[in-house]
Amino acid sequence: MEFAVSQILSGISLGGQYALIAIGYTMVYGILRLINFAHGDVFMIAGIMMIYMATTLPLYIAIPAMIICTVLLGFLIERAAYKPLRAAPRMSVMISAIGVSYLLQNLALYITGGQPKTYPRIPWISDTVTIFGARTYVVTLVTPFLVIALVVALTLLINHTKIGIAMRAVSKDFETSQLMGVKINTVISVTFIIGSFLAAVGSVLYFTNYPTVVPMSGAMPGLKAFVAAVFGGIGSIPGAVIGAFIIGICETLIKGTDYAIFSDAFTFALLIVILVAKPTGIFGEKTTDKV
Amino acid sequence: MSETILEINDLRVSYGGIEAVKGITLDVHKGKIVTLIGSNGAGKSTTLKAVAGLVKPQSGSIKFKGQELIGLSPDKIVKSGVVLVPEGRRVFPNLTVKENLKMGAYLRKDDLTEDFEYVYSLFPRLKEREWQLAGTLSGGEQQMLAVGRALMSKPELIMMDEPSLGLAPIVVKDIFKIIRTINEAGITVLLIEQNAFMALQNADWAYVLETGTIKTQREGLELLDDETIQEAYLGKTRE
Ligand SMILES: Nc1ncnc2c1ncn2[C@@H]1O[C@H](COP(=O)(O)OP(=O)(O)OP(=O)(O)O)[C@@H](O)[C@H]1O
Ligand SMILES: [Mg+2]
Repeated sequence: MEFAVSQILSGISLGGQYALIAIGYTMVYGILRLINFAHGDVFMIAGIMMIYMATTLPLYIAIPAMIICTVLLGFLIERAAYKPLRAAPRMSVMISAIGVSYLLQNLALYITGGQPKTYPRIPWISDTVTIFGARTYVVTLVTPFLVIALVVALTLLINHTKIGIAMRAVSKDFETSQLMGVKINTVISVTFIIGSFLAAVGSVLYFTNYPTVVPMSGAMPGLKAFVAAVFGGIGSIPGAVIGAFIIGICETLIKGTDYAIFSDAFTFALLIVILVAKPTGIFGEKTTDKV
Repeated sequence: MSETILEINDLRVSYGGIEAVKGITLDVHKGKIVTLIGSNGAGKSTTLKAVAGLVKPQSGSIKFKGQELIGLSPDKIVKSGVVLVPEGRRVFPNLTVKENLKMGAYLRKDDLTEDFEYVYSLFPRLKEREWQLAGTLSGGEQQMLAVGRALMSKPELIMMDEPSLGLAPIVVKDIFKIIRTINEAGITVLLIEQNAFMALQNADWAYVLETGTIKTQREGLELLDDETIQEAYLGKTRE
């Protein structure tokens, strides 16, 4: 019983962390039809920045500073690597994204010297609590609530603010949005800023649970989050969130059985199944291609 | 003669080395309805896109109330009072009718209550469908929305690219009635049409565009009586 409770709690929590990364994939795809391969690595860099900042700064400064720097990083990546390719074929932008991904991984390798780094222990959320007899970290309990609060805030932003309406308009039609006076580049930057912000918050939650950061630390969570976004229907925010929770829970439950080594394989099998059976995902639009 | 609000001079636009607009010169007078007719591929849409800042001309000038528009970004052009209703309506299908109208007023910071009322008074059907997704509107309703959306920017000059395209004759009539109403409210209209008959009947002045150059210009009704025009454009539209 305790084991089951603890597994389900961890699964929900892991799912929430994937959700925060998945939103970045799905929003960028929604607007640019680009799979931003560098997104998982931005998440990893957020972890590394936190480690270095926490050695000199108190946490209450290090955390906001890390979040701001991650947002800045996401913004700059878009401006430097994607914006100049706005008129280029989509494949060129994808390749540029892969390039940025390797660049960030190698940058991390260079900075850390290849040594695994330990994530700082954050008071309160790193504490252990006992719930229904199961011992777990506070972060495990906090994550789902924080994720839901952020998703609600994001949904309100997208549905009710001017920039939110503009984001939805731009995702359908660049040219006509321009005719309304929308600056496309501003909207795209806002999208990257939101995605990076959520990834930065996600990194705090994730690395508190898995406190070792290496240059490849973004690859797996990034990939899982990407699968979640595809599973939910890439371009759809609720889809990405639900997909992430499903993957996080299933993965953790499998990890608790004798088939633990198949937990990653499950996620990718799911990707293949969804791509074959329903390529548009749970909430995907029928027409994925833009004119 | 009233003052010229839009002045296009020797405008040239190319797409990848192929010239689509080959030195067009035209004037639009304030408060008038001016139409630009011509067969497919003549360069009509390209001309309007150049005015709206969507394509960069090779050379020439586009002056709106004396201000050069070439080189300005589309948002600056909208802000200066020029708006384009694009070919094929291009409403945002995933936005509600009301949100589409809000997008039209994207650059405005003042109160929009009166503007919504004005647009809804022109198009009562949009009011009924305020919360409907624009993608589910009929073609005629979408065209009304596209025009209403453009009006939300409070333009001085509204450019319309084939507003009657693909609409039933009775709806076409409605659209032209609206164009006149808008014009009577003081907004200058620059209209592209395939439906030359309707366009010439309603326009104060007409330009005929052929393969990137202006072939003739005359008063709308006068041109309607021109035999060569009748053969070239009116025969076609009545087929
Ligand atoms: N994006 C583009 N890239 C390349 N060529 C283009 C592009 N847009 C238009 N053209 C070409 O420019 C020429 C003029 O096109 P334009 O759309 O301005 O014509 P039009 O008069 O509006 O025609 P229609 O009545 O069919 O709408 C055409 O030969 C067209 O093929
Ligand atoms: Mg055209």
